[in-house]
Order: sequence, then structure tokens, then C-alpha cells
Amino acid sequence: MFVLLLCGFILQAQENVPKNNGVKTSNANYTAFTNAKIYVSPTQIIEKGTLLIKDGKVVSTGANVTIPKNCITVDVSGKSIYPSFIDIYSTFGVKKPSRQTGGSRSPQYDASREGYYWNDHIRPDKDAIDLYSFDSKKAKELQKAGFGVVNTHIEDGIIRGTGALIALNTEGTNANRILSQRSVQYSGTRKSNTSRQAYPTSLMGTMALLRQVNYDADWYAKGNIKEKDRALEAFLENKNLVQIMEAGSKINALRFDKIGDQFNTQYVFVGGGDEYENIKDIKATNAKFIIPLNFPVAYDMEDPFLARSVNLADLRKWKQKPSNPKVLADNGVTFALSTYKLKSAKELMPNLLKAIKAGLSKEKALAALTTVPAQIIGKSNSIGTLKTGAYANFLITSGDLFEKGTKIHQNWVTGVKNELSPMDVTDIRGDYTFKLGNNDYDLSISGAPEKLKAKVMSDSISLGSRISFKDDWMNLTFSSLDTTKQEFVRIVSNVLDTNSFSGKAYFPNGNEMTFYAKKKEKEEKKTDDKKKDATSKKGDAKVADAKKEYPVTFPNMAYGFKTLPKQETVLFKNVTVWTNEKEGILKNTDVLIKNGKISKIGTNLSASGATVVDGTGKHLTSGIIDEHAHIATSSVNESGHNSTAEVTIEDVINPEDINIYRNLAGGVTSIQILHGSANPIGGRSAIIKLKWGESADNLIYKNSPKFIKFALGENVKQSNWGDNARTRFPQTRMGVEQVYIDYFQRAKEYDALKKSGKPYRKDTELETLAEILNKERFISCHSYVQSEINMLMKVAEQFNFNINTFTHILEGYKVADKMKKHGVGGSTFSDWWAYKYEVNDAIPFNAAIMHNAGVTVAINSDDSEMSRRLNQEAAKSVKYGNISEEDAWKFVTLNPAKLLHIDDRVGSVKTGKDADLVLWSDNPLSIYAKAERTIIDGVTYFDINRDAKLRQELKQEKNELTTLMLQAKNKGLKTKPIEKKVKAHFHCDTDF
Amino acid sequence: MKYLKIHILAVALLFTSIVIAQQTPAKKQMQGVSIEGATAHLGNGEVIENALIMFENGKLTFVGSANSKIARIGQTINAKGKHVYPGFIAPNSTLGLVEIDAVRATQDNDEVGVMNPHIRSLIAYNTESKVVESMRPNGVLMAQITPRGGRISGTSSVVQLDAWNWEDAAIKKDDGIHLNWPSPFSRGRWWLGEPAALKINKNYKEQVEAIANYFKESKAYNSSNKTPRHLPFEALDGIFNGSKKLYIHVGYEKGITDAVTFFKEHNVKNIVIIGGYEADLTTNILKQHNVPVLLKRVHSEPVTDDSDYDAPFRLANDLVKAGVLVGLENAGQMERMNTRNLPFLAGTCAAYGLTKEEALSLITLNTAKILGVDDKVGSLEVGKDATLFISEGDALDMRTNKLIKAFIEGRDLSLESHQTELYKRYSNKYKNQ
Repeated sequence: MFVLLLCGFILQAQENVPKNNGVKTSNANYTAFTNAKIYVSPTQIIEKGTLLIKDGKVVSTGANVTIPKNCITVDVSGKSIYPSFIDIYSTFGVKKPSRQTGGSRSPQYDASREGYYWNDHIRPDKDAIDLYSFDSKKAKELQKAGFGVVNTHIEDGIIRGTGALIALNTEGTNANRILSQRSVQYSGTRKSNTSRQAYPTSLMGTMALLRQVNYDADWYAKGNIKEKDRALEAFLENKNLVQIMEAGSKINALRFDKIGDQFNTQYVFVGGGDEYENIKDIKATNAKFIIPLNFPVAYDMEDPFLARSVNLADLRKWKQKPSNPKVLADNGVTFALSTYKLKSAKELMPNLLKAIKAGLSKEKALAALTTVPAQIIGKSNSIGTLKTGAYANFLITSGDLFEKGTKIHQNWVTGVKNELSPMDVTDIRGDYTFKLGNNDYDLSISGAPEKLKAKVMSDSISLGSRISFKDDWMNLTFSSLDTTKQEFVRIVSNVLDTNSFSGKAYFPNGNEMTFYAKKKEKEEKKTDDKKKDATSKKGDAKVADAKKEYPVTFPNMAYGFKTLPKQETVLFKNVTVWTNEKEGILKNTDVLIKNGKISKIGTNLSASGATVVDGTGKHLTSGIIDEHAHIATSSVNESGHNSTAEVTIEDVINPEDINIYRNLAGGVTSIQILHGSANPIGGRSAIIKLKWGESADNLIYKNSPKFIKFALGENVKQSNWGDNARTRFPQTRMGVEQVYIDYFQRAKEYDALKKSGKPYRKDTELETLAEILNKERFISCHSYVQSEINMLMKVAEQFNFNINTFTHILEGYKVADKMKKHGVGGSTFSDWWAYKYEVNDAIPFNAAIMHNAGVTVAINSDDSEMSRRLNQEAAKSVKYGNISEEDAWKFVTLNPAKLLHIDDRVGSVKTGKDADLVLWSDNPLSIYAKAERTIIDGVTYFDINRDAKLRQELKQEKNELTTLMLQAKNKGLKTKPIEKKVKAHFHCDTDF
Repeated sequence: MKYLKIHILAVALLFTSIVIAQQTPAKKQMQGVSIEGATAHLGNGEVIENALIMFENGKLTFVGSANSKIARIGQTINAKGKHVYPGFIAPNSTLGLVEIDAVRATQDNDEVGVMNPHIRSLIAYNTESKVVESMRPNGVLMAQITPRGGRISGTSSVVQLDAWNWEDAAIKKDDGIHLNWPSPFSRGRWWLGEPAALKINKNYKEQVEAIANYFKESKAYNSSNKTPRHLPFEALDGIFNGSKKLYIHVGYEKGITDAVTFFKEHNVKNIVIIGGYEADLTTNILKQHNVPVLLKRVHSEPVTDDSDYDAPFRLANDLVKAGVLVGLENAGQMERMNTRNLPFLAGTCAAYGLTKEEALSLITLNTAKILGVDDKVGSLEVGKDATLFISEGDALDMRTNKLIKAFIEGRDLSLESHQTELYKRYSNKYKNQ
């Protein structure tokens, strides 16, 4: 039948073609499926209806469809019909280009392609259709999983070009499989395999590049670029297509959504399955999502030594992730499901059943696989439903698709049948008796329908036997009664009725005999099953807490908050206050904080409704500020160019870094997350408050001062990057100067053009540098030796601005007078040296000498471990150089606040300033001091007593989840070996 | 670390810019010294307020109360209000083996090969290292110079940090052999596209067997007539006869348990665990076999996200309270220059559970015992070397660690360094302008 249909389909497609193998035939017959439960769409269900199709399309669906005369009718009573599934994030039939191998080992800085964009990883000119070739094997796999159509793409590059909508019709040709080409433009976060071009090396570089492409495309569209750029042309052409961005995680979706907002592009995001962790922000993107349905399997926790390496976050995710689709649905986020990230499409249904068990409605599940993906790619009229005119893409199932054990019998793709499991399988399982000659036999058939087992007994002798049953024919082989011989009796029977059936028996000696089997009267043979039930129930009782829910915390990991802590009114009584103001260190003083601000400082204060904290014997200070940190970020360096002013750490803040919590425990409240030191002109900073549990955006200072990282010396001239890194300019300190002069000159010209009102190509990099020239953005420059320090000050003076801060500044003590004159501050290490050649003359007295020369001095960490002990690092200036304790304390509080231009808000204990305070057990400069309570904006983000409680809860939760994983393994569920997460220890030379 | 470690350049550096001379080692003690009035922290847990400490010919002759009616010898130092400590000892250190981390030409800490017990650190120890001289002003006066790398890294020696050359520096030559116990995890080969996460080390058993075979072979060799000569096997002999200690670098519970069981089975007499970040989970076996621990850098990040933020700070306390003999070591990133912060590692242990005197023992007497040099150093006791210093205040706290005087074997040390000279030079630059 399908051949006929197929012919009809083809002929309709191409009407007038030469035909040399016979007469021209056309088939205008209909096919009707009657008496089925039909899901026309997830919301429109016909209990008992007819689906009428013709020429690969749905003619009509309904309870009262008139069946034409030229129609083949298939009665499918008892069965259900669903629209088949659609996967719109697929790489079906499109091979990913393989990675470039061989060639030079030196980094490549320029693009390989000519006549295209300056960056090879921008490939909107690529069309999946050009690389596509039909993969029958994969198509069959997808058919079995219920799919009818996929939108495939080239999974390569940052902008990847367009996709193609392919019907998984294994019998047809590409002439009828390709439903649409140049459908949807795809993008991702990873670079193309086809090019070794270095830029971008980081996520923030990728984000900056995406923005620049948008600016450049606009400039190109206006006809301002004379040279041909086929990539930008394609980008402009694709602009109106649906844009699918592979974000891969909730946090990336939030990041790229901001870029989309900037350029009026609403991305559809390929998610990470972790959206439930931050559902409010996810919902606020208004984006639609494509969710890979891959759930983590349990870790194999049998070895307690190894099990210790697994973090609570990962244990929890195992329990939580199946509920992600439900949470998305409950919050009104539109999402499609995808097989992306699944090892095989086979895993889809078991995982979907898990999601349904976790609360996802069947209706939403069906929509996520049919109407939603169709709607996302703008094909609602032709796929995803069984409405008139849609492609005849549907599944015939044995029952409710989303119940365990339901079979997909047939998967019809564009009107072509693909049989997956026989629709009317006779169930011959049961107990029978039969007689051969004078002997009585008992036959018992059991097992799964596709893998039957037979047991043949005669005179209570068990005879070895084998059974197969296919297309209603049973073959049964068993040992002959004479067990001394290796001889077999074979029986063949066409089973038409399972109560009794007959056939022929063939004996070893060649004799044939009629065979007749009769079903035994039903006995109550349920006792075994009952027993089983009883035992499994017992088991259930033990795993009762398998049903326990493990709620999301903020962040969703160890030491996360169940609910975010609230602002409090707190009165500290009788405490020693390090004001950092002219009042100095006040003993036996009271401090009141209210509405997130320091409200009163004095003695005998009282306030109604305030929580009173007895500060006797304790010290209260403003929070520590780290001028130079690399925690709480997903990228540190963009090393693909020698200037990367276009990138910003604000794009890639990671609010789920445990170092935030640990820094709070060390009394740190604010940090500047600096770009690394891979290039003379680095990226822009993020200045944040360590508000543990808040989203990335909420960490950033309101009206944050603008900063950028510059760097000098060995790192930027790539001295320690290996012998291959010898091509990027600059390789000497001499070249570093020229980089600056060159870029500032260009920025000056850019700014002049911009201010002139004439049209100009918007360039984020020069825009940023122009902000420096206009004194709107400040430089914090990584620096070591005196020559280069002086050089940068002179370059700045040449361009009429000042360097704000030299960070590291290890030879600052040699040019402290010049620094003072220039007006630059120094943010240094307390005592680091000897790790590279340029720090030979680094001395721990550096801070003291600079301070004595009148330079504003801070002590910074550049290290996630040391940053939690910055109070001790400040104390080292008392030891090295006899700085007063009061001044030493300012090195990690007020002075960094000044250097960061936030001293109007933080850095001292002063009425009206932000309530960013730390209560210490002892003199804060002492090694014996512990931060007992760390407060930001009046909210207690760290409390030593709460921490003790959290530790207990963490232990308990881990024990429970470990038990559950062990039980999962005992039940025979799949587990995976333990992996220990490697925590990168970020410094300024961390390369990503 | 502040440089890119991958592909470190072999730069042939001309040391022409390093023109400032190293500090001259102090002369032999010619006359007696009496320190009077200080608070003496003996290193063995005891404190003497208003103490009198006397030494001559490099040895302590009196440690007691200043109220004692006893004749003061030689030069008297009035140390009222000050604190006296035995010199601090930095075990498992690479001081003097590497000068500048990023410059390959200055690296002499890691030899080629897997089983290198015969490799001796002592002869490469550079007494004139500028890093070494920067230890003394903080009270770190002795160190165990230890090679790195391989399965068996080589042989360490204990030195004092004010000497003309390595021979003069040695307190105990070839004190022990260092072995890196196999890790339970191995890292994914990320360059082949595998996840960089650590995976279970499938070769663990093989690697342990390789150690077993090596020890068996070497034992067999050493109980024969030793021909033909086999340098590495020969070097291991001291392990079996008890003249050398075996330092096992291992952190995690299973490794510690396996290693201790293993070497006790092989009749290795003196073993020491170095690292031991999970040693608190193995206190039973450590106590049972009398195995001490040189505890990993206290100022470290907790091992996993879930770990208590203060876990590394508290670990020494947990071990001490369980009855394990504990010292502190400082291996890790930038370990050499960081060794001068050893006193503050002990200070942190005092902030997190131990008494200050217990914490002091972690870098003095305990370490001396563990290294087998407690007959000479580690505490202020009569008959021991006069290796000690006077600090303005509590030497375990950076606020008050300010050395006034330091002695090694009674020799009055220079507390100057390349760094203090630069300090003076540039402080004067501005004064004179």
C-alpha cells in the first residue's frame, strides 16, 4: 500500500516528467484510520474518530468523517493516534566538520576565509542543507522513538547558519524529505572546528564578538563597507529567521538573552535542564526554550572513599532535574524537548516518563514534542498536529503514549507507513496441555511478548525447550522423552485462537503427528505474584524517603539559602568600632544599622524592633574590599587579541562560586573581578558585592564605576607561554608601549569622528578606550617593574588622562614619588615574590613605602584562598614597614574603596554608608580573629552559627541522597562512576 | 601562580642584574649570651614568663626563670616584654632548589625518572638563595630540603638556613626518602576531548604493586653482597635498617590506610605521612602504628565545595586531639617564598582549636621529632643547639612577629636580606629627595 501512496506523492510533486518504465499512473486513493482515539493536537482529542489522509497529508480528522469510496480503511479500534514528534535541535545527517589538525603550532590570529567576516567563527553563510545527506540508520532510530521530522543544523561555530527541516522518511527521496531549507538560524557558544583562529578564547569574548557582528552588519547594510563580506550578507539575510542559540545552561541563557535584548533579537535557547534553579529569571527572559531531556544517572556510591568527592549539588541534581520540565510548564515557560545530549533517541521516552512522574502533564509533554517545536520554527500549519492540510506524520500506539509499556506500532511519515511493532500480536502466554501419541504434555508459555519462554513437562519430567512466535506462527522445539538421546520434537502451529490451537509435530525419526493444544482452566496461580508484591512493598517502605523532595536553594548547592536572607535592623552594643574615619577606633560603642544603611554610631543607643547583638570583646569593621579578584566568574582572560577592551567580566559573573561564601566567611563584602593579564589591554571589570544566593545581575554595584584591566610585563609579552607563542605583538616591553599609543590614538580619532556627528562604525573596543580618554572609565593595570610603570603613566599623560590604579605594582616602591605625582593608587600583594623573573625585586615593604610617599595603597589577593584572609595580609604591613594598625586596616577597606570610586558608599563605618559590616571575634588584624557575621546592605550573608547549622543539614542531606543512590543501584538502575570535579584556581593568567 | 606554568621557557638568564650580595653567614659563637626577662615559649608546650636563657659554644646551657640566682654569662640581652622561641623548622621544602619559579634554568627540584631514591637534594641546596635569606627575619631557621617528582622523588636532608655552603648547612644528612603514593583519581585527557574532571584511577592497584616490587627487589639486593652495584636500591637500605625515614606523600583516607598497612607489612620502621588532608579520618591506624603527619599547607582551599570553609584551618587540632604527632609543611604553589609564612600557618591552627603553645609545637618540637633531629633542635632545652630568636611579640601572629635577634647554633644572625636592603635604599631615596 505504501508504495502506491508513495507514487502518488511523488507524482503530485513532479507532474510532468519523462517515464520510460511503463505507463503513467497516478493514485488518488485515500487511507482512513477508523475507531481510534485521535490526538489532533495536545488539547484536541477525539475519543473515537477517523483520520483521513491522502497524498501524504491529512485530509480530515474527526468523529464523523465521511469516508470517500476510493479509500482504504484501516480499523484501529483500541489504538491511539498522535502527531509524531519533532526535534528542532538536531544534527541529523549533517556531519560536524572535524577539527583542524597539523599545521603550525603557533596561534593563529587572523581569519582563514577570504571575502568573509574577520572572524572565522562567524558563519551565517553556512546552510545545513549543503552538508546534509540522509542517514537511514539514524532516521530509523528516530522513527522508533516517535519522531517524524527534525530541523537539523551544522553544529559548528558561534553563528552557524541556517537549518533544514527534514522528514524522516526512510522510503522516499530527498525530493520529498526536505520540507524546508534555510529554516531557522543557529548559534552557539563554541568556536568552529574549521579554523584555528584564536579569538575568542573565552565566553566573554564570544559575547563581545556577537555584539560586534550586529554592529558591523548594521554598518554593512548601510553600505559603508566597500569590501565584499559574504558572512555579513548572510547574517543580514538570516536576521528575520527564528534564532536558536545553544546556551547549554540557565546562566548562559540569561547572559545571551541580554545580548538579544540589545539587538532586538529574541533567541530561542537550547537549555541545560537546570532552568528550575533560577526559574524566575528564566521566565523573565520571555524566551522559548529547547530542553535536552538528559537526566543525570546516580553515581555509584558504593566506595565511601570515592563517594566523598561528590558534591551535594550533583547529588541533589540527580533528584531534582527530572522535575525541570514540570517547573518550566508551571511557570508558563514555553519549551520544546529535544534528543540533543542523549546518547540515543531511545532514551527520550524513559526520561520523559520520569519527567511526567515528576509532575509534567501529559498534555504539556505532547505539546513539547509536537505543537511547540512546530510553532517555534513557524511551521504550525504543516507539522505538529493532525489538522487538515498538515503532513500525515503520526504515530499509532497501543494506548496512552505516556504510560509505561505502551507500544508505538506504526510511525507514519508524510503518509508513508513505518512499522515498528506489530499491531495485533496474539498473546499466547498461558498454560496449555497437549497430547502426542500416548503421552500427555504440559506447556507453559511465559516471558515478554518479544522474548517468550516455554516450559514443557511430561510425567513431571521437564524437557528442554525453545519457543518462537512470529506473525501468529509458533515454533516449539523440545527434547524427546528419551532423555538419553540428544533428539528433539519440533512443533509448528498457526495460532488463530489462544484457547486452543493445532498444528503438526515432527519427531526425530521423521514421523509427523497432529498437534493440538488446549488452554488450561484458569487456576488461581497468583500466589507467586502476591508474594512478589508483598516483598516489593516492603522494599518501598524502606525507600519511603525516595519520594522526599529536595528543594532548590540559592544557589542550589552547599551552603545555599532555602530562602534568601532579609534586611534586618541590628543594634551592635558595646563593640570596638574601626571607623576608618577621623574618629579612629572607638571602644565600647554602639552601631545601629537600618534599611541597609549605617543609621547611628554612638553610645547608649536603642532602637525599637532592632535585633541587639552584644559586641563586648568584639570588633566591628566595614567589610573587606578586594581590589583584585578572579572569583565568581566563568572567564578570566580573553587572550585572542592583544587588546580586548570589548569584553567585560560583567557578562560572565558566576554567582554560584563557593568562593563567594568562603570570602564572606573571611569578612570580604565587595570585590573587583578583574580581567586577567594575557594582553596589554584587557577587558572591563565587574565590581560586585558578595550577596551569596542572588543572581549575577544583583551582585553588580548599582551605577557601578567603570573599570578596565591593563597589564604589563612578562604575561602580556608572553614570556612564559612557551616557544610557540612568539608571534603576537608585543613580545617586548618596547612593543607594549606602542600598543597603547596606537590604540589610544585610534580611540581618539574614533571619538572625534563620533562627536563630529558623522556616521561611524560602532566599535565596542574603541568605544571603551574612548571612555578612558574621556575620564569615564578607569584603568587598573597589572604591573611589575619600574620602567613599565613609569612608561604607562607617561603614555596616559600624553593622552591627557591618569592611570587610576596600578595593581600588583611590585616595584611601586621604586617610583612611589612619580606615582604620587601622577595621582595613581597602588594595590599590591603583601609579600609575594620569586615566582618569575620580574618579581625579583618585589619586597614586602612595598605597601609601606608607597603609603609613606602618599600613594593610596591597597592590599589585594588575586587568589581565592588568600582573599579569605586579607585581614592577615593587611596585618603584614604592620610587620613589614611599621604601618599603624589603623592605616593597615584601611589597606583592605577604605583604600580599595577609594581606588574603586565606591568610598562614598562603602569602606568605612560612617552614618549613611551602606551597612556592609563585619563582626570579628578579635582585633581584625590578628591571626586569631574570625569573622563571626558578615553583613551586606543590612543583610546577614554569613553567620558563624548559621554556618554550623548548615554543615549539619548538608551532612544529613548528603547521607540521605547517598542512600537513595545506593538503593538505585541495588534496584539495578544505571549508575555512573564517580568523577571528582576539578576546581580551577583562577589567577590573572588563567586562560579562559 | 603568577605565570603560565604550561611550557615554561628555558631562558638562559644572565644574572647580571642581581648585584646585591647575599648576607654573610654569622661567625661562630665566641662568647656566651644571656637573654633575660622574655616570655620563653619552649616549643614543648611550656612557657616561662620572665625567663632566663643562656647559651655558649652554640648550645643552650640554661633555660629557666630570670629569678634564678645564677651567674649570667657573656653578653646579656634585656628582653623584657619580648618573646623567645626556638627556631622554626620548615619540613618538605624546596628552599634553595629553585630560585625563580618561571625560570627553568633555576629549577633543580625535580629529576627525570620514576624511582629516584638515590637522588640527593642536599648537594643542590643553594645556601646563597635570596629566597632562603628571606626566611630568617620571620623565624624560619631550619628546613628539610626535599626533592620533588616521580614515584620516589629522592632523599632529603635537614639544614639550617645560615651557612656558607650545603655541607656546613646540614643538620642531618640524608634523613629520609620521599615517596608519592598513587592517587585514587586520574585526570581526564582533556586534549583528547575527555572531560578534565578527575576519574577513578584504574591503574591504582598496578601502581601500588610496582612500589611493592621495587621494595622487594631492593630488600633482596640489600641483603646480598650488593653486586653489581645498584645505586637506587642501595639508597633504600636505610629505610629497612631504620637509619632513614620514609616520607609518604599522600592526602586521602584510602591512600593513607593503604600506605601505612603496606609499609608496615614491608617492615619499614619509620614512616611519616606528608600532606594528609584526610588524615583526620585515619587517626586509628596512625596511632596504632605511631605514624606522624606533616600536615599540608594550612592556608589552603577546602577540598570540595561541600567542605567546611575552615576545614584546613581546623585539621591540625583534630589530629592533635586524637593523639597524632603533627607538624606543618607548606608545599604547593609558590611554596619557597611562602615558607616564611610558616609561623602564621601555626597561628591559624591556634585560632581554630589548639592552644598557642600546642600550635607552636607544630613548627618546632613536633617537626624536630618527626624529622629525627629533636636531639639537637626543636625546643629550648639545655644541651640543644642555641637555634632561637627573640620577637617583639607573639611570633605566630603577623601583627606582632617582629624579630629583634636570631641565633643558629649560638651564631648571631643577620636579619637583613636583599629585601630589607631595597627597603632601606628606597626609603632613603624619598627621604633624601
